[in-house]
Amino acid sequence: MRALLLAAFLAVSALPALAVQPDEVLRDPALESRAREISKELRCLVCQNQSIDDSNAPLARDLRVLVRERLTAGDSDTGVLAYVTDRYGDYVLLRPPFKATTLLLWVGPFAILLLGGIATALFLRGRRGVAAGADTAPLSEDERRRLDALLRKDDA
Amino acid sequence: MRRLLYLLPFLLFIGVGVAFYMGFQRDPRDIPSALIDKPVPSFTLPPLPGRPEGLSAAGLKGDVTLVNVFASWCIPCKAEHPVITRLAREQGVTVRAINHKDKAEDALAWLARNGDPYASIGADLDGRVSIDWGVYGVPETFLVDRQGRIRFKHVGPLTPQVVEEQILPMVQHLRTQG
Repeated sequence: MRALLLAAFLAVSALPALAVQPDEVLRDPALESRAREISKELRCLVCQNQSIDDSNAPLARDLRVLVRERLTAGDSDTGVLAYVTDRYGDYVLLRPPFKATTLLLWVGPFAILLLGGIATALFLRGRRGVAAGADTAPLSEDERRRLDALLRKDDA
Repeated sequence: MRRLLYLLPFLLFIGVGVAFYMGFQRDPRDIPSALIDKPVPSFTLPPLPGRPEGLSAAGLKGDVTLVNVFASWCIPCKAEHPVITRLAREQGVTVRAINHKDKAEDALAWLARNGDPYASIGADLDGRVSIDWGVYGVPETFLVDRQGRIRFKHVGPLTPQVVEEQILPMVQHLRTQG
């Protein structure tokens, strides 16, 4: 039992290994936490779907060090991001900015949802019309006479 | 009209299929450079030990120049090296290089073994200048015009096809621009 508990404890305490190396960490904890937040926004261009905060690639390390240098030099968070996008383009941002070229990316899903909603609404309205018999014409004089005759035959 | 509506999902499917087909033809490693048509970043790199000339932004003005980012530890660099050598020796294109995160002695040995077509080489030991150039994986190759603006970038090894179809026409064009 004790061994089991110990195993469970060890399993829980085994945190994922961090890419950020101890020698990169800034002494100022406030600056370091800003650096971590910025690093999570930046794509590692070598391994593309990882942020530089997650990646062990040498370029990711260089960029992490660079981010910390800019912060130590007094850059704002947006200043640091601008420094990197000036060199690598918007592609390094894991959250693409809202721009004319990214309009389709941001608005597309909502536009498709809207179109789907309109189509569904039109379809349902059409079906309700059929159910209520709104588009059936009233019986003609001839039809009414035939119907009466049939009903009377039943009674008899 | 009604019948056309039934065709709509099929047409949409075709459209999405074509979009995916074209999307998957693209190389996800080929990221557009943010530096096209911008002046080269200001930088000065020292030469490899025992060599007279390094590389700087000022040194890239005046002639159409191919700037090749290479390293001795990079295998594709070795593959593209004959292509670059031919470009420099036979096509008369000025080729300069940034030696990316290399050990000086390794770089010199590599050049002694594979030949040195470069007019000058700047040693970027910590890779910081490469970051200024937006380099994310060697080899990368840039074409710089006479005013010192970056006009073209190729990521990955240069092939004879890239040289024929893109680099040489671009060099011609930039040279006539003066």
